[in-house]
This record gives sequence, C-alpha cells and structure tokens, in this order.
Amino acid sequence: MMNLSTTAPESPTQARAAPVEGGEVLLSVRGVSKSYGARPALMGVDLEVRAGEFVALLGPNGAGKSTLFQLLTGLFNADAGEVRVCGQDMRVAPVRALGRIGVVFQQMTLDLDLSVEANLVFHARLHGIGGAQAKARIADALARLGLAERRGDRVRELSGGNRRKVELARALVHQPSVLLMDEATVGLDPASRRHLLDEVLALRASGVGVLWASHLVDEAEAADRVLVLHKGELLAHGTPAALVAASGCATLAEAFLKMTRSGQAVEPA
Amino acid sequence: MRLAHAWLALQAVTSREVAKFVRQGGRLASALVRPLLWLVVFAAGFQNVFGVSIIPPYDTYIPYQTYIVPGLLGMVLLFNGMQSSLAMVYDREMGVMRLLLTAPLPRWYLLFCKLLAGTLLSVLQAYVFLIIAALFEVEVPIIGWLYALPVLVLSGMMLGALGLLLSVNVRQLENFAGTMNFVIFPMFFISPALYPLWKLEESGARVIHFLATWNPFTHAVEATRFALHGQVAVQSLAIVAGCLVAFFLLAAWGYDPQRGMLKRTGKPG
Repeated sequence: MMNLSTTAPESPTQARAAPVEGGEVLLSVRGVSKSYGARPALMGVDLEVRAGEFVALLGPNGAGKSTLFQLLTGLFNADAGEVRVCGQDMRVAPVRALGRIGVVFQQMTLDLDLSVEANLVFHARLHGIGGAQAKARIADALARLGLAERRGDRVRELSGGNRRKVELARALVHQPSVLLMDEATVGLDPASRRHLLDEVLALRASGVGVLWASHLVDEAEAADRVLVLHKGELLAHGTPAALVAASGCATLAEAFLKMTRSGQAVEPA
Repeated sequence: MRLAHAWLALQAVTSREVAKFVRQGGRLASALVRPLLWLVVFAAGFQNVFGVSIIPPYDTYIPYQTYIVPGLLGMVLLFNGMQSSLAMVYDREMGVMRLLLTAPLPRWYLLFCKLLAGTLLSVLQAYVFLIIAALFEVEVPIIGWLYALPVLVLSGMMLGALGLLLSVNVRQLENFAGTMNFVIFPMFFISPALYPLWKLEESGARVIHFLATWNPFTHAVEATRFALHGQVAVQSLAIVAGCLVAFFLLAAWGYDPQRGMLKRTGKPG
C-alpha cells in the first residue's frame, strides 16, 4: 500500500514509475459481461492493472466504462466473469476487495454541505480509520493536493476542480492499492484537468495501480497502457506508442477514432 | 467485520445524519408542528364528538388529548422514517449513496447504521413532542416516560426499515411524494391513532377495521399507548419486532447487488 507522507510530489514526468511488467497484479478482470435486459453493456472484458501502473481506459460515451466501474466497485455484479482486487474476488469477498480500492466516480459523491475535512473524516471512518490516524492521513492528503487551507470550507464553496481534488484526497485516505478514476475530469477546465491528471500520474511512484477511464484521448498519452473499449468490447490494449503504430496513424487520437469508427480490434505488435 | 470498524462506521453515519438535522434548522419545527396541530386544534374541536370511554390500558375516563398522544408520537416516527428514506433516495441521486455502498463493510450493516441514525433522530423528536404535550396538560406518569423509550426505539426502527424498503424501489426523488401519500396517510388513518378501533367495528366499517388490525402502525401506536401508561403490550411489541425484521431483511435484499433490485435495475454507463 502507498504511504502518502513519504511520496514526494515531483513533476508528473519525473514521477513516472519504473517498468511495471513484473509488478503485482492488483486488479484483474476476466471475461466480464453485463447486459441490461437484451442490450449487452459489456461483453467478455479482460483487463489487468499492476502495481505502479497507470492504465487508461478510453472509450466514447456509452462504451460501457461506467458499467465496468460499477462492477469493479461492487455496486452490482457481472452476469459472467470475475473481478479480483489484490486477489480478492469481488463477488465472494466484497468487503476485503473494497478495502483495497479508492474510487473517484464520474458523478460527484461529496456531501456539499459538509466541510472538506468532514467529508474525509466520514470516508475514513467508513474505512475503519479514526482518531489521530485519520487526522494525520487527512492532513497529508489535503496538503499533498494543496487543499490544507480549505479544510474547513464547505464543499459547496469550492470550485469544480477543487471538489475533484477533494474526491481524490478522499479516495487516498485509506491508502488503497488500486485507484479507480471514472471520467474524473468531466466538467473541469483544462488547467484543473491537467493538474488532477498530474496528481494521479504521480501516484505511480508509490506503487498504486491506477485505472483511469476517459473519453479524452490526451489524458491517455502518458499512460503505461491504453485499453480501448467500444460498445462493451475491448478493441485494443497496449502502450500508446504500440497502439499508434499498429493502427498506422500518426497520433493516439487518430488511432482511437479509427478504431472506434471501424469497430475493428487492433493487435499491437 | 472488526468491532472497532463497525463502531467507526456507525459514528460516521450517525454524525452525518445529526449534522444534516442540525443544519436543516426548520426540520425539528416542521416535525413538531404537524402533531401539535392535531393535539391542540383537532383534539380541541373533536373531543366532545368522540365522547369518552374506558378502554385498555386506561382504567378511567381520559381526555381526548391523552388518547391521541400515542398516535401522534407514532406520527412523528412515521414521518421521520419516511423522511429518512427520502434522504436515501436523495443521497442516491446526489451520488453520496455510492460512497456508502462501496465502503468495505457488509451492505446490510451500512443500512443498519442508516436505520439506527434515523431512529435516534426520530426518538429524540418524539420525546421533544412529549415534553410539549405535557405542557398542554397531557399527563404521562414517570414510569410511562421510561417504558416508552424501548417501544419508541423499536417502533422508530420498524418504520425506518419500512422507509428503507420503500427507498429500494423508488428510483427517483420526484416519485417519492406519491409513494409517501400512499403509505403515510393510509397507515396513519387506518389505525387507532385518532379513534379506538372498536369505533370502526361499531360503525360497520369492517373492512377498514380488518385492515387496521393488519397495519403495523396500529401495533406501534398500541404498544406506545400501553408503554406510556406503564404497561407492556406484548402482542403488539412482537408484531412490531416481526415487521422490523421482515422490512429490514427485504430492504437488505433489495440493496444486495447479487440478489436484489440493484441487480435488476443497474443503469448502464
């Protein structure tokens, strides 16, 4: 597990983690399918996130990203397949699995009328962290994200960017092994978006595995691996450079558009 | 589940509910105005219409105000129970519920925390109403104040569990008002809250009398009536406890991602 207090916040490029091929598999999704009535939302999705790895999950709106996140967080269960977090099966041992995950949902989940600190205390207690330990971790998380001065402010008074930072701080309070970010930059201005992404990229150095879902291709440029989800199916996975090369395009954005327009899977070399 | 973790989670949920209650300054006033109107205005006008009679647990003639106090305490619990479930639906729409449901604790326990927190507020409001009723010369023996506590807790939990159960099936906030009308008013009026049930039988309203005997709220009111008079209505208490267990189990089932409503109604992302 990460330790916030020992993580030096470097610039995102400096904070890039060492090669992750040998890293422990923290999140494993095997053959996951989910349908809503007759309409399939996910079909046999496989993915892995390893320690210290930043994996971008790219997909257009309606690709099934949020459905996948709902399955990853145990909000409801897959029709088929399995989700494992640090070896714990989400269906069999959801409590243990959820204890290792930090989540920032697409929809904001803060209590607007509570202070920043009260929101984090609420979360810490739900994760069994109380007293001085919670206080120290909350102080660390807020300091790291530049929110120490705003700890007593009501969330309602914060900008959209700062609210997202509070959600990120909250997701880190219990020192998760895996961080799930579901379209976390939606509605943010470019500077706030960049800042949030940089903060998350920096987490790799502390061994946290990150799954970052987005429909914005530029957010995937710095990822260790990119997964492309389209109409409930994974079309491609590989490093950004490998995907660009395999698609025959000049940029990742072009490669993404080509894949999602044709619906054809791409096999990077 | 560690005991310390369970306790911290209960603290988290309860302190959030209490903070919300304190923040919503008018909530206590509005919770009290409704029964006070019945006690002061309705009872003043109707006491002679209903006349007086000796009915258990009373061993003498009682003023109408004394008769309706248990029903009005039930009204406080009933409205508060429904308000708690309204808050659940609101939290779900606002996203806060996701945070709760992805906490590393058994889902039934998280619902139980919500239930206990709501009941705490219900019972506090009920006692405030009882104090005000005493100022209007409604006499409750000292023993009645003590006996009422466990009965109000049990009844508050039963009605709160009913609210939880309703919140499973109400998907949107705007649907909730209708649901409340279909639950609160029938439960309240088809009960001995305002008149003894034998009056219904005597007037030939046998169907309504039959429904009233099956209404859990009837038994909450009767248990409270006996408790306020320093007696224990064993049968009514057993029915209230049975309904509490049934409603809570159904609500927990409804919130279970493997079996309940979430499985059937998960929304695509």
